[in-house]
Amino acid sequence: MSGTVVAAANGAEPLLEVRNLRKSFSRASGPLSVAESHAGGLAAAVDGVSFTLARGETLGIVGESGCGKTTLARLLLRLIEPDSGEMRFRGQDWLGARGAELRTLRRRIQMVFQDSAASLDPRMRVGTIVGEPLAIHEPRLPRAGRLARAGAMLEAAGLGHEALFRYPHEFSGGQRQRIGIARALILHPELVVADEPVSALDVSVGAQILELLDRLRREFSLSLLLISHSLPVVAQLATRVAVMQRGRFVEMGAAEQVLQSPQHTYTRELLAAVPRIPAGDFSP
Amino acid sequence: MGTRLELRDLTVELPTPTGWVRPVDSVSFALGEGEALAVVGESGSGKTMLALALMGLLPPGARAAGDARLQDASANGNGPAGHAHITPAPSASLSDSPRHASGKNLLTASPAEMRALRGRRIAMIFQEPMTALNPMMRAGAQIAEAIRAHERGLAAEEVRRRVLRALERAAVPEPERRARQYPHELSGGLRQRVMIAMALAAGPGLLIADEPTTALDVTAQKQILDLLETLRRELRLSLLFITHDLGVAARVAERVGVMYAGRIVEEGAATDVFRRPAHPYTTGLLRAAPGLGRNKLESIPGTVPPLNALPPGCAFAPRCALHAAACDTAVPELISVREDDGHRARCILAGGKA
Repeated sequence: MSGTVVAAANGAEPLLEVRNLRKSFSRASGPLSVAESHAGGLAAAVDGVSFTLARGETLGIVGESGCGKTTLARLLLRLIEPDSGEMRFRGQDWLGARGAELRTLRRRIQMVFQDSAASLDPRMRVGTIVGEPLAIHEPRLPRAGRLARAGAMLEAAGLGHEALFRYPHEFSGGQRQRIGIARALILHPELVVADEPVSALDVSVGAQILELLDRLRREFSLSLLLISHSLPVVAQLATRVAVMQRGRFVEMGAAEQVLQSPQHTYTRELLAAVPRIPAGDFSP
Repeated sequence: MGTRLELRDLTVELPTPTGWVRPVDSVSFALGEGEALAVVGESGSGKTMLALALMGLLPPGARAAGDARLQDASANGNGPAGHAHITPAPSASLSDSPRHASGKNLLTASPAEMRALRGRRIAMIFQEPMTALNPMMRAGAQIAEAIRAHERGLAAEEVRRRVLRALERAAVPEPERRARQYPHELSGGLRQRVMIAMALAAGPGLLIADEPTTALDVTAQKQILDLLETLRRELRLSLLFITHDLGVAARVAERVGVMYAGRIVEEGAATDVFRRPAHPYTTGLLRAAPGLGRNKLESIPGTVPPLNALPPGCAFAPRCALHAAACDTAVPELISVREDDGHRARCILAGGKA
């Protein structure tokens, strides 16, 4: 460990500490790779990202498509391995974790996806889907116990017990996102990474899901990493905001500061492009 | 300013196992030359079905009623009175609606008539250009196809010239190079520009844009919205812009219609509708839309009712905080909010909000 990382809040040990994370992909990877200026070689998807996340904090990561935000999410979950960099989770070496240690840490970090329809197995009942992480991490828990915990978690996510015995297709997009959230929270993780959790949803439903995420963050003392292409979405929940462009954080700071007095040109450009709703007297 | 499109009681019905449902119910509005109207609604509100009805692209089994008159003063052989209409086939001529309004009723036009109108008089662009563009054809060839569909026998050189002009009009940089590229070689923003170039290639006066920027990043979205504004001004293009995004609607259009469960529940000047919404659903949407400030999120409780189980009165009543017994007796009329400034809401409380 070299250098010092300023803890984000209260001088307490951060929950997650990321330093100089890097990940490159080969440019000529797919048959449909965008030809635009790609001349072969390696492209850095995540290019030296460092940040800390305090317990109970919500950090928003904003960037346009292709900026590397989803690759970053996958790195944080160790779904893919970085080329270099360090990650400490609860003070432990998260990148070096293997075997039992990896499993223990893994259950403490969960993910909520954009497309709940694609991430829920259509042939499984909701109770099985939500209880599945328990079946893996607490294999001794009997089925009845699993279902009871799944039911309680569905209720916390705003769905009734009866959802347990139904299939994903019987639910609307917003309800499916609630199922995805219940599944992510059933192991009582400390960190939830939500990648575009509302961008597939209608405005009024998206607001319900953001409210839910914020309420559950408080109830379960979660840290939340909210990844989105939308500044307004991030602005609703994040206490700190990082703006990502071409694999790098070009600006990071308190949400009010980044949104109201952006320092980086790219942040200003993003803010200027957001279509505004005229202010009116409808506000409560 | 002439009227380009006039809808009167446009209704679309779809067969379902439980009977007919109405994804679009008695929608009326007029759209002037060079004007932009935004239709705002969430999924299931009927906004896309409305667009498909105008394009003659309703799904099989669907039926449309009402009147949708397309006027086009420009260069397409329609006399000033609009009666220079050719009856194409005997079967299509039995439309019994009197032709009191000039122009063609899109809802009774035959498939052949619609084919002649689409592209030439009325065109549409979609959310995901990748699904509308042919992945096996170069961008330029697809635009050329759209041009030749309406003017057979054009010389190859003339077609090429018009393709480049269409790309230039859609502000595609390096049009010669882009014309030779395949859709997958283009960014999302460029693909949408190619779509716009293709849609406008045969010179339609009316463009229907269905969530054209929803799949784009904000910076690319801004460029497309700027482009549409330029085209409106320069070509006097009328724009029917369909979106779920209130901010985009406010940016694009001077007039807005808010749809809920198939009906227009509020309409008027964008500034009026957004600043002083008169329908509780509009108010709810505005409060639920995230802004850049950290406002307290306020979502609308409940969900949109299924079309086969609409409440007898106001469709929004079950979710409405101002719900009164009178809301359940009949579907409210569109009531003028103030004097006659065109701001109207389908709410029994609307008139008292002046």
